[in-house]
Order: sequence, then C-alpha cells, then structure tokens
Amino acid sequence: MEEFLQHILNGLILGGTYALLGIGLTLIFGIMNVVNFAHGEFYTLGAYTTFLFLALLETNFFLALLGAVASGILLGAICERLLLRPLLGESIDTTMLVMIGVWIAMQNAELTLWGGVAKSIDHPFPQPPLTLGPLSVAPLRLFVLGAAVLLIAGSHLLIHRTRLGRAMRATFQDRETAALMGVDIHRIHTVTFAFGSGLAAGAGALLGPVFVVYPAMGDPAALKAFVVVILGGLGNFAGATLGGLILGIAEELGAGYISSGYRDAVGFAIIILVLLLRPSGLFARAERVG
Amino acid sequence: MRHTRIAGILLSAILVGGLAVPAGWAQQDPVKIGVIQPLSGPVAASGNYVRMGTEIARDWINARGGVLGRQIQLVIEDNKSDPKEAASAAEKLIVRDKVPAIMGAWGSSMTLAVMPKLEEYGVPMVVETSSAASITKKGNPWVFRISPPSEMEALGLGKYLGDLGVKRADFLAVNTDWGRGAVAAFGDILKKRGANVGAVEFMEQAATDMSAQITKIRGTGGDTLFLTTSVEQITLVLKQGQEQRLGRKIVTTGGSSSPDQLVRQAGAAAEGTYHILFFLPWFPEAMPDGKLAKAFVDEWTKRGHPFAGLTEGFRGHDGILTIVEAIRTAGKAEAKAIQAALWKVSLMGVNGPIKFAKDGPPGKESGQSQPSIFVVQIKGGKVTLPAFMAKK
Repeated sequence: MEEFLQHILNGLILGGTYALLGIGLTLIFGIMNVVNFAHGEFYTLGAYTTFLFLALLETNFFLALLGAVASGILLGAICERLLLRPLLGESIDTTMLVMIGVWIAMQNAELTLWGGVAKSIDHPFPQPPLTLGPLSVAPLRLFVLGAAVLLIAGSHLLIHRTRLGRAMRATFQDRETAALMGVDIHRIHTVTFAFGSGLAAGAGALLGPVFVVYPAMGDPAALKAFVVVILGGLGNFAGATLGGLILGIAEELGAGYISSGYRDAVGFAIIILVLLLRPSGLFARAERVG
Repeated sequence: MRHTRIAGILLSAILVGGLAVPAGWAQQDPVKIGVIQPLSGPVAASGNYVRMGTEIARDWINARGGVLGRQIQLVIEDNKSDPKEAASAAEKLIVRDKVPAIMGAWGSSMTLAVMPKLEEYGVPMVVETSSAASITKKGNPWVFRISPPSEMEALGLGKYLGDLGVKRADFLAVNTDWGRGAVAAFGDILKKRGANVGAVEFMEQAATDMSAQITKIRGTGGDTLFLTTSVEQITLVLKQGQEQRLGRKIVTTGGSSSPDQLVRQAGAAAEGTYHILFFLPWFPEAMPDGKLAKAFVDEWTKRGHPFAGLTEGFRGHDGILTIVEAIRTAGKAEAKAIQAALWKVSLMGVNGPIKFAKDGPPGKESGQSQPSIFVVQIKGGKVTLPAFMAKK
C-alpha cells in the first residue's frame, strides 16, 4: 500500500509535466492543423535557456524560468511567422515536413552550441526530501507540480475567459467563418504557436533541474507529448490535461507492478488500445468535429 | 632534330618524375584507423572522452615517427548512441575510407550491431569499452576486446564482497545488452558467495525518470544496489534515490561512472557510493605502469580536457595503441595481416598489460585481454581508495 501511494504520487508529478507538453501540442494541432514535430525541441530550448540564465548570466532561478518561457514564445513566434505563415492553407503533410526540418535543425544547433555532454542545472530548493509517513518527495518536484498546475490553469483561463481565447476557439471550430467574423487568423496562428512553444519551453525549464540537460532530451519528451495528445483526442485541451496525468500514473504503475523494462511500452500499449477502441481519444465529445 | 630529341628526353624525364612524385606521396600517405564512438546522444559525454584519448595516442605515436614510417590518421565517426547508426558508421569507414582496422563502438549494443559488418568485410575491431559477455562468445574472429566483460568485472569484485558487506542486493540496469549482461554476471557471483538477490529492475537508455523503479527497490529491504548504466543516468538515479530516501550502499559497475562528474552533478547524493573502475587517475602511481599513467594524466590536463573524463579517455588511448602495435607487428596496414598480428600483441597500456587470449567457439575465437579492475569510494566529496583496496 505504501509503495502504491508512492507510485501514485510519482505518477501525478510526472503526469503534470506530460500534460504541459501535451497541451501545447494539442492546441497547435487543433487550431493550426500543424503536426508540430519540433515540439520536443522547444522543450530542450527551455531547459538550455534556464541553464544559460543560471550558469552563465547567474540570474535568479525564477527569473531563469521566466526567461526560458519567453525564449520559447519568441522563437515560436518567429518560427510561425517565417515558416508556417507562407504555408497557410497547404496540406498537413507539407507543414509536417517543414516541422521535421525544424526539429533536425534545432537539435543539431543545440549540439553545436552546447556540445553533447549533459549539463546539470542548480536550483535553490533544499536537497533532503519532504516526508509524510511512508511517502517521500523532493521539494523541487513539488514546485514543478505546482508550477505545472498554475500554467495549466492559466492556459485554461486564457482560452475560456478572454477575448483572445474566444477568437482561438472560433478559429478552431471553423477558420473561414472566424475570418469572416473579423478574427485576424494570422495573429491567432502566431499567438497559438508561440503559446504552445512557450508551454513546451516551460516544461523543459521545470524539468531541466530535475533531470539533466542534453541536446537529444526533446525526443523522448515529444514522444510522450504525442501519446498524451492521442489519448486525450487531437485538439482537446481538457483531454490533454487528463491524458498527461493518466499516462504518468499508468507508466508508474506499469513499471512498478508489471516490469520496469517495459515502462515506455505501457504508454504505447495504451495508444494502440485507444486507437482501436476510441480513435478520437478518450475524452472526445460526440459533437466535436476535426 | 637534336633539339627535338633533347626536348623529348626532357619531356620523358618530367613525365617519369611527374609519375614518381605521386608514387612517393602514396608511400607517405598516413595509415588510417577508424574510430566509432557515441559523440552525440544520451552517452555522448563518455564517447567524447574516449575520442580525446584516441587523439592523445595519435599525437604521441606520430611524434615518435608514426608506424611503418608513416603517420597515423584517425577517421572518427559518430554512432549517435544508436546501434543502427553504429552499423552504418562501420560500413562507411570500411567502404568509403577503406580503413584496415577500427576501434569502437563504446556501448555493447552498438558494438554488437557493428560486428556483422566486420565479418562481412573482413576488418578487425578493437573493442575498448563494451562489457556484454556475448561480444566475444559469438564466434566473430574479427573482434579483440581490451575492456573486461561483466563476468571478469564481477569476478574481480567478488573478493571484496565481504569488505563491502553485501548481504542482500538489488539491481537497476540500463535495458541493453550491457545492462542485462551485468545483472546476470554480478547476480551469479553474489549467489555463489551466499548473498541474496532481491529486485532486478531495468530502465530505457534515454529514460530520465526512474522513480517507479526506485520505489520498488525501496520496498525490498536489501542493503546494496548494483547500478549499471551511463554516468548521466547514474546521476539521475543517485538524485532520485535521495529524493525517495533510498538509503542503500550503491555500487556502480562498468567503469563508466566518472566519480568526479557524479560529485559535481549529483552532489551530496553521490556521497558514500562505490565505483568499479579500470583507471585511477587520482592515484596514477597505483597503476601497473605508473609512469605511463602519470604521463597520460598530465597530457590530458595540459590539453584542458575535464579531469572527470579520464576514466573513459584512457580506453581510447589503449585501443589506438593496441591497433598501432598490431600494424607494426604485421609490417603492413592490411586488415587480414592486422587481425593475425593482434594475436601476437603484448604491450603495456594505461590500464595495464594488454594481451589477447582466445574466447568463444573453437575455430572462430575472438580475442579477450584481461584488464586490471579497481574499486573507489566517494567520501567527503572526494574520490578515495577504500581501506580494503589500499591494504591489497
């Protein structure tokens, strides 16, 4: 039982960051109809920017996190403006190929810039874990969970409570009609891509200090994000949030009670089941189209 | 008329001379040696350290006049920590660069992926790091290993098990040929010495979150955790073990643990951990050839390479030295002759004596050298020789 509770706690913390990764990816897909293969690279970008701020510019830890999110937003916006806007209305395959190119270019740029040796990010939280009975958790991980929850809640408010969010949802439902109603589609696309990339960079900045930072770190992260998005249904915000938590807990329990060698296989086994049984995702509403 | 004849003689002289010059150059062509290492990807740090070691060996050998009167040139390929890439790197080295010998490919899975290519083209490879037993058991006569397989390492550790106080051990290993091989080898030795084996857990090579495995291991009530993976993942396991109050004696195997990097990146979480190593750069005088070891450490430091990389870097040096010695013995830089000469090689590397014994199915044996094995402990943020090692 003690072990079970610890697994659930680990899974929740891990799932929070999976959700953060999945939300960015699902928004970009839902609103822009772009399969963002470079999503993992924005995660890596966030981690390296945090490292840059802390180790080289020696700023405050929290400032570094903000800097990382800003770097994701900025590069995301540039990427959308330069590469995706000219392709507006092209087939999904074309933009997918472009994003695969961005993925390869960004990963190799990181390798050139930082070298292949993993970097470690210092953080101001105490090393000894907090304990509650048999449960044990590092303060840093609690902070990561808290920050992830805040970011997810903030995103939810942005999409459901603001004018901009309403315009995003309108674009999601029908791009042409939204344009006819006076929504600036170009602007919505830039904002969406920048926002999604910012969330990915945020996830990288939060997890960088927990793990180690290296150029290929985005690949497994992007894979998880795709699992989350398929679990929750393409373009489904709430689905991505729940999908992230489910994946985190399923991986933990799979590794804990089935076999740790198959930990990553658990996520993909779930995907296969979901695609067979509920191809539009676990949380797809009947009336949603696209 | 006479002028024409003179011109003709001059012309032929120029032509002959002209032809002679490229022929002369050809003799001065450097001897190419292929190197396959993970220069990017999850184990890039280790691969780059090995590369730095090969470059020291190259420069030292070239400064002494090279081999067969020619300089040596390394053709270094990145296997991206990926077996598929390792196989294509080998193919490229053999087919395009026409190297007569290769050193590589760090990880066991990468080495195993390269091996069929060696057999296909008939090119020998000196294996500098990989420790899966299967490498020299497959009946591939082109493989010569200077690193210890897990069995040899486990046997080497066996005599210290009492000093370490191992009664009930758990295993956490990377889910590769190396990790699975180490679990089997160390598990055998432990059982033979009357210790119990508890949980056996695995992690993917690129995995970053090992909390599920650690939670499970925490529940077994063992006293020691044997950890087999790259230094990046060791760092993560130590940190996450501390987060969950794992409270175990930890022994890392495989010689890739780079204790200095652990002290820097895992901090207090690395305190008290034991590491099996094949080089002691902190105590070069304790190595079989203290003078060579000291010279290597000094050269490494002079080049500004990180000290933490020395426990990997020496392998690159020893691997290249072995190949060059074989080329010298063979008297020519041809694959088949180098393969035959590798059996006759006997030299002193940074790790100690290198000499190949036969291993694997009769008639198709691979070469296996018997390297020196050491144990160190991190104490007070420093690498120390445990008392039982010092009294040896």
